[in-house]
Amino acid sequence: MNQLLRFTTAGSVDDGKSTLIGRLLYDSKSIFEDQLEAVEASSQKRGFDYVDLSLLTDGLKSEREQGITIDVAYRYFATPKRKFIIADAPGHIQYTRNMVTGASTANLALILIDARKGLVEQTFRHSFIASLLKIPHIIVCVNKMDLVDYKQEVYDQIVEDYKSFSSKLEVSDIQFVPISALVGDNVVNRSEKMNWYQGATLLHMLESVHIESDHNHIDSRFPVQYVIRPQSIDHHDFRGYAGRVAGGIFRPGDDVLVMPSGFQSKVKNIFVGEDKVESAFAPMSVTMTLEDEIDISRGDIIAKINNHPQSDQDIDVMVCWMNQKPTAVNARLLVRHTNKEVKVVLKEIQYKLDINSLQRIENAEYLNMNDIARIRIRTAQALQYDSYRKNRITGSLILIDEQTNETVASGMIV
Amino acid sequence: MNQYYLSHLKELEAEAIYVIREVVAQFEKPALLFSGGKDSIVLAYLSKKAFYPARIPFPLVHIDTGHNFPETMVYRDWLVNELQVKLVVGSVQESIDKGRVREETGYNASRNALQTVTLLDTIELHKYDAAMGGARRDEEKARAKERFFSHRDEFGQWDPKNQRPELWNIFNGRKQMGEHFRVFPISNWTEMDVWQYIQQENIPIPTLYYTHEREVISRDGALLSTSAWLKLKEGEMPEKKRVRFRTCGDMPITGAVESDADTIEKIIEEVAASRKTERGTRADDKRSETAMEDRKKSGYF
Repeated sequence: MNQLLRFTTAGSVDDGKSTLIGRLLYDSKSIFEDQLEAVEASSQKRGFDYVDLSLLTDGLKSEREQGITIDVAYRYFATPKRKFIIADAPGHIQYTRNMVTGASTANLALILIDARKGLVEQTFRHSFIASLLKIPHIIVCVNKMDLVDYKQEVYDQIVEDYKSFSSKLEVSDIQFVPISALVGDNVVNRSEKMNWYQGATLLHMLESVHIESDHNHIDSRFPVQYVIRPQSIDHHDFRGYAGRVAGGIFRPGDDVLVMPSGFQSKVKNIFVGEDKVESAFAPMSVTMTLEDEIDISRGDIIAKINNHPQSDQDIDVMVCWMNQKPTAVNARLLVRHTNKEVKVVLKEIQYKLDINSLQRIENAEYLNMNDIARIRIRTAQALQYDSYRKNRITGSLILIDEQTNETVASGMIV
Repeated sequence: MNQYYLSHLKELEAEAIYVIREVVAQFEKPALLFSGGKDSIVLAYLSKKAFYPARIPFPLVHIDTGHNFPETMVYRDWLVNELQVKLVVGSVQESIDKGRVREETGYNASRNALQTVTLLDTIELHKYDAAMGGARRDEEKARAKERFFSHRDEFGQWDPKNQRPELWNIFNGRKQMGEHFRVFPISNWTEMDVWQYIQQENIPIPTLYYTHEREVISRDGALLSTSAWLKLKEGEMPEKKRVRFRTCGDMPITGAVESDADTIEKIIEEVAASRKTERGTRADDKRSETAMEDRKKSGYF
C-alpha cells in the first residue's frame, strides 16, 4: 500500500534548496519533457549557460520578475514506494509566515545546511519552527559536499554541532545525510565519492521514515463538520454526523460523549460513502450515526466518556502573527478552531520569542508580522480543545480579522 | 506496524471530502464547475460520497462553449441523471450573441478564454458564493501556489500576492458582499492519482479518454480533431488515426495523442510512461510563459 508523506523545505536563495527539489523531481523522473523544455528555454532567454532547475519551482510572473519566491508552492512526486507532497517555503523576510504555513501540514522537515558555512542563524530558525509546529521528523541535509572535497570531518563536525543545538528542541526523530544536490550525490543515487558514509540516501530516508504513528490513535476526537439529514422517503430518520477523525479510533458500539452538551450515546454505524466500516481513525472522513437522537451540530466534538478534550474560555496559545497590520492587547478578533468560529479578545501578550536566540522578550506591547509569541485569549464561548503537543488538529487554531476577513495569525494551544 | 493508516488514495479522498463538506457548511450557495473532464467527474463522485445517503446539495454548473465534443455532452447528461443532481448551463454562445464577448478569429481561434466572462456572469446571475473546480496544483506552475479556498474579489479576480495563509485544515471562507470563492478539493492530486482513483472506484468516464479512430490534423506538435470549428491551413491534410484524449477541453484546441489504450489499466500504463504533461496538448497554455497565470488573475477556472 502506497502511503503519502508530506514534507516541507525551507531555505534562502543560495543554500541549494531549489536545486535539491529540482534534483528529486528530475532523478525520480517526475519532470516532463515539456516542463524541462520550458525551463531550458527560459534559462536561455535569461542568458544562463546552464539549465536552472530552480526555474521549475518559481511559479508566478511577479516572482520571476523580482527573482524571489513569494509564497509556499506545492510540488508532487512519487516513487514505487510512496507519494510525496513538498511544501516549498521561500526564505526571505516573510519567511516565518510561509515556513509556519508549510510546516502546519508536514510529517517531515528537510533542513539544508551549506557544508562550507555550517550552522547559521537560519538553521536555528528552521529547526525551531519545525519543533514549534511539532513536525515529527527532521532530515538534516549537509549540502554542497562537493565544495568541501567530500571530507568526512566537515560533515561530522556539522552533525555534532547540530545535535548539541537540537537537544533543546522537541523533535524526537532527526536523521543526517551528506549530499550534493547539484551533482546528485546521495540524493536519489548513492555517492561514489563518500565511501565513509554508510547511511541511506535522502530518497531512501524519505521512503522509509516511519509515519504510521504520526497521527494520534489514542485520544478519540471527532469534530462534527456537517449534519447529514436526507429527508427522503428511503432514509427518513437518517441523521448522520459528518467529519474528519482528529484522533483515536471509533468503532460501532463505542460509548461516546458529545461536547459541549455532555450528552452520552453509542456509535451505531460508521460510513465512508455508501460503505459501512469497522473503524474510523485519523485522517479519515466519515459519517457517524448514533443510537440516540440527540441534538448535535457543527462545531461539537464527539469523544469518549473517559477521554475527552478540555473545555475553557481562557486559553494560552503560541501564535505566529501573519498580517502586515500589527495587533495589541484588547484586540477583538475571531477564532476558528476545528469547525467552530467564535469571537475572541487578546487578553495578554505573555512574551515574544526571538527565534534566532530562543530568548524571551518580556513586556511586548505589539505583535508584528512574523512575530512568534505566547498570548492568552478569552473566547466568547468555551472551546473544546487539546494541547497542540497532544493533537495537532484539536490543538490548532487561526485568528481572523473581523473587518477584513483575513487570516491574521496561526496558533498552537499550549 | 499498526493497521491504522491509509493508502495515499484514501488519504487524498478523505482530504477532498473534508473540503467539499466544508464548502457546504461555510457557504450559502455553492456550485460545482463541471467541464466533462475526468477531474470534475472525480469531484462529482467525491461529492456523492461526502453526502451519502443525501443527494449532492449543490448543482453542477457547465460552462458550455458550444464547441464541445459530442461525447462530453452525452456523458454529462448521463451523469446528471445517475447522480440525481441539478444541472445549470452557462452558454458562451449566448454571451457572444448578447455582445458580452467577441469571438476570436484566425487559425487558432478558441472559445476557451471567452469562458471566463460567461463563467463570471453565471456566478453572478445565480449568486453562487463558492465555485468548486477540479484544478490540481500539479497541472501548471501558476496553480502550484493556489489555495484550497481561493478568495476572489468582486470582479472575480485572483490576486496571487494577497492570498490568505492556509494552515492545517482550517479554511477561512469569510467574505464581503459580492465576493466569492473558488475551491479546489483535489488540489493535492496528480494526474496519476486521478486515474488510479477512477480505477479503484470503477468510475465511468467519457469514451474520448479511450482509444478510438478519429480524423485529425497535426498542428504545432498536437493532433487536433477535425470539426466545423477548426479552420484548416493550406497544406493541412486530415487523416484517420487511432487516438485518445488526455484532457477534455474546447474541441478545436484540445490535442489528441496516438494510443491503443482501451482500458483504464492501459491508460495508467501510458500515463506512467508519458514524458509530456497532459497540458502539453493544450494550445491555450502555449500562448505565453504566463498564459495560465494571466487567465487566472482575470477569473478563469
